[in-house]
Amino acid sequence: MTIHPIHPAGPADPAPAPADGGPMTRSAAAAVQDAPIAVRCRAVTKTYGTGQSAVRALRGVDIDVHKGELLMLVGPSGCGKTTLISVVAGVLDRDGGDCTVLGEDFAKLGPAKTTAFRARNVGFVFQSFNLIPTLTIAENVSVPLLINGVGRAEALRRAKELLGRVGLGDRTKDHPNKLSGGQQQRVAISRALIHGPRLLVCDEPTSALDHATGTKVMELLREVASGGDLSLVVVTHDQRIYEFADRVAEMDDGRVERITTGLGHKTAEIHAGREAAEAMARGRAPARPAAGDRP
Amino acid sequence: MLFRDAAKYFGIVMGVTLASMVITQQGAIFVGLMSRTFALIADMGDPDIWVMDPKVQFIDDVKPLQATELYRVRGVEGVAWAAPLYKGLIRARLENGQFQNCNVIGLDDATLAGGPPAMVSGRLADLRQADAVIVDSVGAAGRLARAPATPGGPRIPLRVGDTMELNDKRAVLVGISSNTRSFQSQPTIYTTYSRATVFAPRERKQLSFILVKAATGEDQAALCDRIGAATGLAAYTSREFKWKTVSYFVDNTGIPINFGIAVGLGFVIGTVITGFMFYSFTVDNLRYFGTLKAMGASDGTLLRMILLQAAVVGAIGWGLGVGAASLFGRSAEGTPLAFRLPWQLLFVSGSAVLIICTLSAMLSIRKVISLEPAVVFKG
Repeated sequence: MTIHPIHPAGPADPAPAPADGGPMTRSAAAAVQDAPIAVRCRAVTKTYGTGQSAVRALRGVDIDVHKGELLMLVGPSGCGKTTLISVVAGVLDRDGGDCTVLGEDFAKLGPAKTTAFRARNVGFVFQSFNLIPTLTIAENVSVPLLINGVGRAEALRRAKELLGRVGLGDRTKDHPNKLSGGQQQRVAISRALIHGPRLLVCDEPTSALDHATGTKVMELLREVASGGDLSLVVVTHDQRIYEFADRVAEMDDGRVERITTGLGHKTAEIHAGREAAEAMARGRAPARPAAGDRP
Repeated sequence: MLFRDAAKYFGIVMGVTLASMVITQQGAIFVGLMSRTFALIADMGDPDIWVMDPKVQFIDDVKPLQATELYRVRGVEGVAWAAPLYKGLIRARLENGQFQNCNVIGLDDATLAGGPPAMVSGRLADLRQADAVIVDSVGAAGRLARAPATPGGPRIPLRVGDTMELNDKRAVLVGISSNTRSFQSQPTIYTTYSRATVFAPRERKQLSFILVKAATGEDQAALCDRIGAATGLAAYTSREFKWKTVSYFVDNTGIPINFGIAVGLGFVIGTVITGFMFYSFTVDNLRYFGTLKAMGASDGTLLRMILLQAAVVGAIGWGLGVGAASLFGRSAEGTPLAFRLPWQLLFVSGSAVLIICTLSAMLSIRKVISLEPAVVFKG
């Protein structure tokens, strides 16, 4: 099951081909690392409240997110993960530092243009799905298109098409409460992708799901992020899904303490599968991942 | 979102419906009651102008004129004709010995100008017979009706040919008229001017009003001014006299306050119910409004969304409320209940519903506009 935005917002940068004979995970990781930067944050700070009750949520965060990368933000509760993705997604103003997202600085854009930017370029996946319960799932998925000015009939047609591609083509008229958690999250992912965003922000996308369902959801997200123009930032506490990340950024006390580079084996498998398909298309055998690269 | 949240949708529509119904129904009863205050003026289609003592405040506030005033009015330029009108309260003695106060209207003997708008039985011209009177149908079947044939049975309505006693004088019923119900709900008895003055207790002056028909093409307001200048009397067009009568009741009775309180309560209760339900809907769905904001829905889009929802529930609730009030009015037809629903009242209740929905929507809009989209990440 492969999901690509139906209408990409911008031209995708070609993903570099892996080096022949080299370890697949390293080449794939290198490809991501070499990709252009989608999000660049430097010394970003954010404080909630004032005076004695002030809480410094971000204390100078430096982090980059590359195009096509799946970056996971992990760390204990209250470490600033959610604040950071809120700043990156343009739903929260930072207090200090620099942050550019897809070449735009929200502090300079102003609220109205930031809202319009989000509508075009950012997709959201939430912990509790946030599907509007009174709308059918097709209507839910069509919402970003409606916000972007697409006509209702066309938006619904495209929503149904995308739902068909995530295996929910026969449930388009159901309401969210008729679906399982995993199905609802697939709907939420479809809603996040339908308008062809270039940045997908996911807040604990698997925490409300059992392991098997969470794995399927992450496989879906991982496929979305493989080798395309779309960057994913995933906030999670769920260590079981670290294996899907290109990089894992560990946060603590409002700072990024450590960034672990190197693909998890699920990511490697997905990259390998994609490269195999590409190699077959080019008429040569795919390279195999090195056994030592598996965690 | 609201339209598929059946419970809240129904609740908000019911709130608006209740407000609309109470405002429309109470307003219609008030208008109906006020219309009855000038029932006699409305029923007299012929005269254009009413002439009276300048101290008269409303139709039932009779301050008799000297009989010679009639001739002075007839002499004013632009008057096509002028007729005397007697209006007074006379006691009718019922068959069982009880008395009933009646409004006696004495019409010009020659022209019978100012007679009832329609006859149920008999003819207006029959008033020229000896001792003749015409009674309105409600009075004939109600307060003036004869005693039942059997104990506990229905009272027997007066019929043409029956006799009655007015202020100790014999009167013969020659017709039954169909009148607009009056505010004081006393039976109305028509007779000739000269006979009315015989029925009535003797007074030095007995001419209550002078009814005037303006000459063709004559400006009625200008004619009123001329009559006033020439005679020193007050002259009003029928429309002016109706409003003068209504104004008296509005200014000097507690009726507007009582109905105002009822209408105000309907407005307040409707606003509270609708506002609370609408606000509750917004708060319950704040997470989804936040989600829409995060996904790039502008404040303008959300504003239009809320206003559209408010407008739709307002329109439906207003329609249901007005419909219910109209059904109430229809079911009250033929009963003593005063109910009149002019289009202006629909405009008033519509405006009230518009205010209710706007206030309700504003509470929600304020909440949604001030909502930080980052709230969507707070679980």
